[in-house]
Amino acid sequence: MSQHTAGLAIETAGLVKTFGETRAVDGVDLAVPAGTVYGVLGPNGAGKTTTVKMLATLLRPDGGEAHVFGHDIVREADEVRSRVSLTGQYASVDEDLTGTENLVLLGRLLGHGRRTARDRSAQLLAAFGLTDAAGKQVKHYSGGMRRRIDIAASILSTPDLLFLDEPTTGLDPRSRNQVWDIVRAVVAQGTTVLLTTQYLDEADQLASRIAVIDHGKVIAEGTKGELKASVGAGSVHLRLRHAEQRPEAEQVLRLALDADVQPDPDPVALTARLSAAAQDTAAEQAARALGELARSGIVVDNFSLGQPSLDEVFLALTGHDTGTGPGPDTGTGTGTDRTDTDSDSTKDGVAA
Amino acid sequence: MSTATTTEAQELAPVSAESLAALLVTAERPARPSALSTSLTFGWRAILKIKHVPEQLFDVTAFPIMMVLMYTYLFGGALAGSPEEYIQFLLPGILVMSVVMITMYTGVSVNTDIEKGVFDRFRSLPIWRPSTMVGYLLGDVLRYTIASVVMLVVGLVLGYRPDGGVVGVIAGIALLIVFSFAFSWIWTMFGLMLRSEKSVMGVSMMVIFPLTFLSNVFVDPSTMPGWLQAFVNNSPITHLSSAVRGLMAGDWPGAEIAWTLGWAGLFVLVFGPLTMRLYNRK
Repeated sequence: MSQHTAGLAIETAGLVKTFGETRAVDGVDLAVPAGTVYGVLGPNGAGKTTTVKMLATLLRPDGGEAHVFGHDIVREADEVRSRVSLTGQYASVDEDLTGTENLVLLGRLLGHGRRTARDRSAQLLAAFGLTDAAGKQVKHYSGGMRRRIDIAASILSTPDLLFLDEPTTGLDPRSRNQVWDIVRAVVAQGTTVLLTTQYLDEADQLASRIAVIDHGKVIAEGTKGELKASVGAGSVHLRLRHAEQRPEAEQVLRLALDADVQPDPDPVALTARLSAAAQDTAAEQAARALGELARSGIVVDNFSLGQPSLDEVFLALTGHDTGTGPGPDTGTGTGTDRTDTDSDSTKDGVAA
Repeated sequence: MSTATTTEAQELAPVSAESLAALLVTAERPARPSALSTSLTFGWRAILKIKHVPEQLFDVTAFPIMMVLMYTYLFGGALAGSPEEYIQFLLPGILVMSVVMITMYTGVSVNTDIEKGVFDRFRSLPIWRPSTMVGYLLGDVLRYTIASVVMLVVGLVLGYRPDGGVVGVIAGIALLIVFSFAFSWIWTMFGLMLRSEKSVMGVSMMVIFPLTFLSNVFVDPSTMPGWLQAFVNNSPITHLSSAVRGLMAGDWPGAEIAWTLGWAGLFVLVFGPLTMRLYNRK
């Protein structure tokens, strides 16, 4: 405990976990200030879930050390457990039981009396808009409902530290927004949240500090602003009408934006990565680019402006992509808007 | 998440941020619950699961009935002259055999459950660690009781008349359930150790079949060859079935009861810690 710094909810030094030959977590140093949302951003298999499992005392680290509110996660595991709550990547509730039964069960396990457990379950279900589904088995819940009951189960006794492991993976955009609202409400009451995510915009929306993790190592850490500056402001994606105009378009964009322009595999498409250092905003830069193209007689069929995707973050930070492939349903593809709603994506990445 | 689509279509009520905030503020942190309380809560979970999937009671109803009928009429004429004669000897033994066989489903349910996300939540709770496992066994105690009652009723219908009366029968069943609770720790260990449900079943069969058949459940061990007698006479199942048989017959087989409880204690002392070691490292 001597090395514990006041005001930190989590402090890790050189945390290591190996599975056979694989170093799933390879020397992770984190310092998570209490009372904030801390984002851990990384692709599948980066070591996010393994890190969370160690911090939640579910896995024993093979090296390094970690303290949660000053308590060693190995020697004082019980102390740690009494301060934290875990919402796993997959629903951490009993699918055979109903919503009410799950919450009452956990309420009782946390030490609430029968009556309190029942009352609090009913109140939580109401607050989460699940009253109608309270008597249904969780296996019949939709993805969004599962997430809600899962988070509700985590805040039966308001935890000091809440782990949310990819809370919105596989959710449709609206359910995702609702989860975000819940997270904000929880943090507003003083709970620290450690959020793992594959989505840059999610970390952007919620977290005050972000650690980017890849191959078990933290490759970048800082406030959102710092991280963005290192990545760039976003990208302009263009589809031209005539493929033969593409080289010219590249030239024009390079001059107009002082940006890194890449041709896409599609012969009529190209992407310009905008610089965060520029004086004007991404939208202004994009408008200028369109103007220049029109002046040069290049016909643009389709245009979009996107936040930097996780792929771009990774490209900027590591020089390699996330390795998850550019498929549209990985959720981390190079597309500008990530509106994937594939509910199956929760199944992948359990091994992260 | 194929089941998710059924309710996906319907509108979800919005999350109420205000009431959520109020709930978070008012939440007092209760005192840490006792080991007994958490174990009973997990036992309640096991019973809820039975409530939601009552089909799982098949193995404690149909299977025991089948066992009694099958062995009574299969061996009755040959071994004791008539099924009615034989059931006086067989019923306590077949009761022991069937209930001990049923215990192996504990391993299967632990094995199928442990991979689910809810286990991570249980394991991250500040509670007495073994209570999750004890909860399974408490739920199973209910199953063993159901099986025992079912078999006893079938036996009574077939002409079983225990001299020990109600007290003797209840004492016999109680001893059987205590032993089965202890014996089940073997299965919680295998449930956590082995990787698939099938391997749990396979290993359980390997243990259960020789252990239950090589006993005095069906016949008097004095008819067996000497090397086999040595095994049979020292088997915990033989001690248990002698004790249950004695209690139901109105005797007080002190030595056999002591042996049975001794074995039960040994199972808990050996396989309990092994189970918890695996549970903590899972």
